[in-house]
Amino acid sequence: MSADATTPDVVPTKAPRASLGGRAGRLLRGALRTRRGQIGLLLTLIVVGIAFLGPLFAGSPTALHGGPFEAPGGVAGPLGGDSLGRSVLDRVLDGGWRILLISAAATAMAIVLGSIAGVVAAYRGGFADTLIMRTVDVLLGIPSLVFVLMLLSVIGSHAWLVIVGVGLTQAPQVARVLRAAAQDVSERDYVKAVAAWGVPPRTVIRRHVIPSLLTPLMVESALRLSFSIILVASLSFLGLGTQPPTADWGVMINENRVGLAQNVWGVLAPAILLATLAVGTNMFSDAIARANLSAGSAGDPTLQMALTSSNVAEGDEPVGLDAIDEGPG
Amino acid sequence: MSAENGTAPAAGGARRPEVEVTDLAVRIARTGVPIVEGVSFSIEAGRTLGLVGESGSGKSTVAVGLLGYARRGLEIAAGTVRIGDTDILALDPKGLRSARGRIVSYVPQDPAAGLNPAHRLGPQLREAITAHGDVPKGELDGRVNDLLESVNLPATKKILRSYPHQISGGQQQRIAIAIAFACRPRLIVLDEPTTGLDVTTQRHILATIDELASVHDAAAVYVSHDLAAVAEVATDTAVMYAGRIVERAPTARLFAAPRHPYTVGLIASAPSAEKAHRLLGIEGHPPRPGSWPDGCAYADRCPRALPDCRAGVPKLLEESPGQLVRCINPVPIDATTEIVLDVPTLPTSQEMALSVRGLVADYSGTPVLHDIQLDVPRGKVTAVVGESGSGKTTLARCLVGLHSSWQGEVLLGTDSTSLAPGASERSSDQLREMQYIFQNPFGSLNPTMTVVENVEEPLRHFERISRAERRARAIAALETVSLGAQFADTMPGRMSGGERQRAAVARGLVVEPSVLVCDEITSALDVSVQALLVEQLRDLQIERNLSMVFITHNLAVVRSIAQNMIVLQQGRIVEQGTVDAVLGNPQHPYTRQLLEDLPRLEARAGSSQAA
Repeated sequence: MSADATTPDVVPTKAPRASLGGRAGRLLRGALRTRRGQIGLLLTLIVVGIAFLGPLFAGSPTALHGGPFEAPGGVAGPLGGDSLGRSVLDRVLDGGWRILLISAAATAMAIVLGSIAGVVAAYRGGFADTLIMRTVDVLLGIPSLVFVLMLLSVIGSHAWLVIVGVGLTQAPQVARVLRAAAQDVSERDYVKAVAAWGVPPRTVIRRHVIPSLLTPLMVESALRLSFSIILVASLSFLGLGTQPPTADWGVMINENRVGLAQNVWGVLAPAILLATLAVGTNMFSDAIARANLSAGSAGDPTLQMALTSSNVAEGDEPVGLDAIDEGPG
Repeated sequence: MSAENGTAPAAGGARRPEVEVTDLAVRIARTGVPIVEGVSFSIEAGRTLGLVGESGSGKSTVAVGLLGYARRGLEIAAGTVRIGDTDILALDPKGLRSARGRIVSYVPQDPAAGLNPAHRLGPQLREAITAHGDVPKGELDGRVNDLLESVNLPATKKILRSYPHQISGGQQQRIAIAIAFACRPRLIVLDEPTTGLDVTTQRHILATIDELASVHDAAAVYVSHDLAAVAEVATDTAVMYAGRIVERAPTARLFAAPRHPYTVGLIASAPSAEKAHRLLGIEGHPPRPGSWPDGCAYADRCPRALPDCRAGVPKLLEESPGQLVRCINPVPIDATTEIVLDVPTLPTSQEMALSVRGLVADYSGTPVLHDIQLDVPRGKVTAVVGESGSGKTTLARCLVGLHSSWQGEVLLGTDSTSLAPGASERSSDQLREMQYIFQNPFGSLNPTMTVVENVEEPLRHFERISRAERRARAIAALETVSLGAQFADTMPGRMSGGERQRAAVARGLVVEPSVLVCDEITSALDVSVQALLVEQLRDLQIERNLSMVFITHNLAVVRSIAQNMIVLQQGRIVEQGTVDAVLGNPQHPYTRQLLEDLPRLEARAGSSQAA
């Protein structure tokens, strides 16, 4: 259950199709062939590794080692002590997995809700479209942090509520992207062909529309994950997510910012990890999007042929379809 | 007289060719795989070179190479392009920018791609004129008006204040041509400028190009896969195959006495509007860049191939006066008599597979079809002909229930009650009996499924059979359209347009319908592929007693496959009857116009024999 696994996990559960796994694999391999994708995955894996393997190596995150903000390398360990004298290193090692799990769950929820809303809006059109998309607009109008804060301060601070709140604020973004993509797919002839056999819309969406949306789904998953992580960490920072004394990167940044002058690591270590993770997932989602561009489907048959010829299509860098799709400009 | 001195520049008193291309080569930048190799030709001022070939032959790559441009990922590896006194390929980026538009200009296939959708046409035309040097303000409006007149558009405020999307495709293409001619370039490159336009518009555009080229005394390159259009507009023609020119000659000569087996094959693939005959396609497909065979690239498909063909790339040699052929065993001149196989006669049938009575359709209140009557006897093909916008696709979509806003009667087989308007209200049997084949082979198969999964899709819906049986039936259907089992598990994205279109036909056939509704199914295909598909459909028609509604704008294809036809204009039937009667003796002015505007190979070939 590492963060990179959550990305593909979300998708196949919605569209159980054999060829889908193959395509997802091809997209991921394509992304990994680019420098951007390699760095993105590496950064992500480093942080994910620290977050999930860290607890195995961490000492007690709540034990006191000397006074507040002990200097690094002293009694409180190589990264020094925090505001109450606890080891920054132990707390960093123990404080990541909750954020990641909560963010992953929130992302999964956002993707499922958002893509259903977006695809149904696009395929049904008319009143359903208007109703869904105007609701989405309203949700988008509320700043996401404010929305979750409100939810938490009214109902109380619970992990499940953080998941629901963050999921709800991310879903509208997913819905918009997926609606645009699904609108395009719904107009394709192969979808019309199926409709002309009298196949019910639910089946058409499940078998033909959603599998064609694999790329936006994967890109959105990675992108929403990085937004969710920041949001969840921000909530912890503001004191409405994970509650002290539990170790948590967001909480740590808040607790230790008063001692920035004495021991910078209390803030810097969790901040660097969060930033690295956000950058990593972002780069990876970008790499997936680009990998798809260079392996796109329809288009000029000439380019298609040039690209599918073995040595070109599976080459390292995309001489890709964009080379073929673009007319002289 | 122009092609002869193609390789020998400006000798003696002959006029120096305006454009001279020598050994142009384009390759994939990263891998060095050649896309185009050793392309040489010259064009004199006022003449037009037609560049024909199938998809993937490299003709468009050559076309944009004349502007010193290579698509992303490609690079111009060698060669010279001289236009007037300028060596285009030797220019630096700044010089190139200044040369484009002024010395050489380009008209893209999709006119909308050449026009900025955010600007009105007036400013775009003015910009084109002032792009290479100032024109006094007082003269500018006059120049714009002249330009519009030269492409036969009225220079009205209405046109100048329109945005590109507010005018028709034909008008857009005229504007694009006007912009290309704005700075009076020495060479104008037209990349499939009439593909997607109906015949009447195409005829006008071809005439405009002809006229402008001779008025400005400019050279032109006309790229097209449409042999007939090239035969009409080009003075010389070069045939490309796998990145090389395989035959080049004055157009009349090329079509009257083609020497390269590929050219002969292309011409035999083209249907004729005069007489129905069996179309001889070319089996197989052109080699892809990177997998060009040793020797002649056409050898694998060539009926005249010799062992020596694979030994080395044949040279482009002058086989007859003015006719350069890249073949070691060219077709003899006297052998190119027409091989015409007659179409088998069909038994007469009284039984109707489909009849339409008084069909009226609208799009949210706007009527698009009026009182359509249509009969499709069992085992026969009824063609529906008309320009874009005539309502023929709407008719097809009404028949199959994709468009449900219509009244009237559509009777399937011996049914006595009409089909329901929408597909969702029809019975499973009714839906199965009539299958729809779409125009665009690139959109009609689900790209996330393998070919056989695509073909299985209707079986999944219509029949409760085991997985193995489903697959077996799908593969059998693929075999009826000559797609072997090796295609079954490929993804559609790996197949050519023709293969995909055959797979789409297989998907229609797999549930054993009695009627196929084919909507412009050959219009996106190369002529050799079109020929194979048309013959495939003819075989099915005979073997399975299949009936078809065949929608097309191509009268030659109609002649080839259909027995009855209707002609639609603005949603009304203006003429109907047997194909022989309608095409042989058209009564309505609109039908006559369509026939007259049809570009013909015969016209050009005939004139040369007379000459």
